[in-house]
Amino acid sequence: MSQNKTLPSWRALTSHEVMPEANHDDVARLNVLTHLNYHLGSRVLPGVKQAFEQHVKPAFVAQQQREPETRHEIRQAMLQNGYFQFWSALRRSAMEMRHQTGRIVALRQADALSAQVAALNASAPHSLALDATVQVPANISEVDIHCQPGCYYQEYFEADVTVAASYDVGLFVTTAGLLGGLSDGGGQAIVNWLALQHPDFKPKRILDIGCTIGHNIVPLAQAFPDAEVIAIDVARPCLRYAHARAVALGVSNISFVQANGEDLPQFADESFDLITTAMFWHETSHSAMPNILRTINRLLKPGGLTLHLEQPQYHQMGLYEQFIRDWDTYFNNEPYWGPMHDLDLPAMLSQAGFNAADMFDVGVRAKVDERIFGKREAGESGEDYGRAPVWNAFGLWKKP
Amino acid sequence: MNSNDIDKIELSGTKAKGQRPWFLQDKQTEQVLSIAMALATELAVTRERLATLEAVLQQQHILTADAIEAYRPSSAEVAKRSEAIQQYWAQILRVVQQDKEALSAGDKSMEQLQAELTSR
Repeated sequence: MSQNKTLPSWRALTSHEVMPEANHDDVARLNVLTHLNYHLGSRVLPGVKQAFEQHVKPAFVAQQQREPETRHEIRQAMLQNGYFQFWSALRRSAMEMRHQTGRIVALRQADALSAQVAALNASAPHSLALDATVQVPANISEVDIHCQPGCYYQEYFEADVTVAASYDVGLFVTTAGLLGGLSDGGGQAIVNWLALQHPDFKPKRILDIGCTIGHNIVPLAQAFPDAEVIAIDVARPCLRYAHARAVALGVSNISFVQANGEDLPQFADESFDLITTAMFWHETSHSAMPNILRTINRLLKPGGLTLHLEQPQYHQMGLYEQFIRDWDTYFNNEPYWGPMHDLDLPAMLSQAGFNAADMFDVGVRAKVDERIFGKREAGESGEDYGRAPVWNAFGLWKKP
Repeated sequence: MNSNDIDKIELSGTKAKGQRPWFLQDKQTEQVLSIAMALATELAVTRERLATLEAVLQQQHILTADAIEAYRPSSAEVAKRSEAIQQYWAQILRVVQQDKEALSAGDKSMEQLQAELTSR
């Protein structure tokens, strides 16, 4: 890399009423950690490939008389390599520091945030429905996804929103602002794709499953202001925060509902025109995914669209890239990441009752204000695999 | 209910549920590395505070705590700081960069060189 890219400051994020306030040193810390991730991705990570090509692979071939045949063989061999060990240790440490920093900011003002969120939610009481009977499924409760302490669901006191607020603060650190001012590049990408490819599609009823803080559903609600939008999640702190955040952004057509997407008896068959998820499947499980897909099939109107933003499936890439993307599976508390990216998606859709032949697969990119956040090309030096805002969207139109 | 009963310092740094992998051959070494990275982060934060202090002093010739809190770097300054932080991380992680270069450097050991240089 001959030219340094300058990265935006965390301050470039669009401020909204429930985003925790960060003071001078918080912002400095968030920016320093953002740059650490960028350094690790652009300057240290290329050495991991060198270590593989020049040392680990030749040693493997000499010993086994063949090349590695799976990403797991590569991982087992690389775990013995000092350079890979060191990069991994730094990457893990950087992730832990991101979460600690976000939590310091959110916890310091936990009471004020909780009060602010409660006041906004009270101003629109009919569009937030919490349900204490909804259980947190094992794929969420057994492990804190991407090393996020408390995951999305833990409450430290009544009406707490700490984990949600901390997530909103820290996302920037991992993505260096590439998700845009409201961390909504994923939702904007879906809106953009629909506008370009299907300008006549005007969904009247939209369901978003696993909405967390609602950052990706808000752009869809804004793009279709006449639509009734329902965003579900199992995590109470996220739903409280998401609803207040949407109200603060002036969005009034989303109802946030505490529910598990595996079974949604409260919604009628064929009652949604558009059903979306964003970066959701790799955080769910083999037991939940078929149930959720079957629910989507039941709820989707004929002629309707279901669309899912995800990281690309592994079969589309070489073994080394599979291995490096799979780091998160084992070392960043994302146990379902690898298995999900191995799935035969058409077969999954078929088992859920869809016509697999209707499935499509498109590459989409985050749509952000490049004047503020800069432009990053796929595959350029500095792409931190699995962290760049370049996704694979899959979906299908349900035949009328 | 409010947050009075929770230990915010402890909770800020609490462990994520799920077994933590240790990558280095010696766990204590990795812990020291982690501490070094946290110290490096804090040093960078201090440097940034000083940068702000200097900027404020230059602009106003007066120093107040409020002035530092309220200060927002210009986009040109953000770019300058971005470059400085990149240099900073490269300094701290010199040992890793050099290890990367050594992967393809084909360096000889001192013993090897000694043998070659003294064999005649």
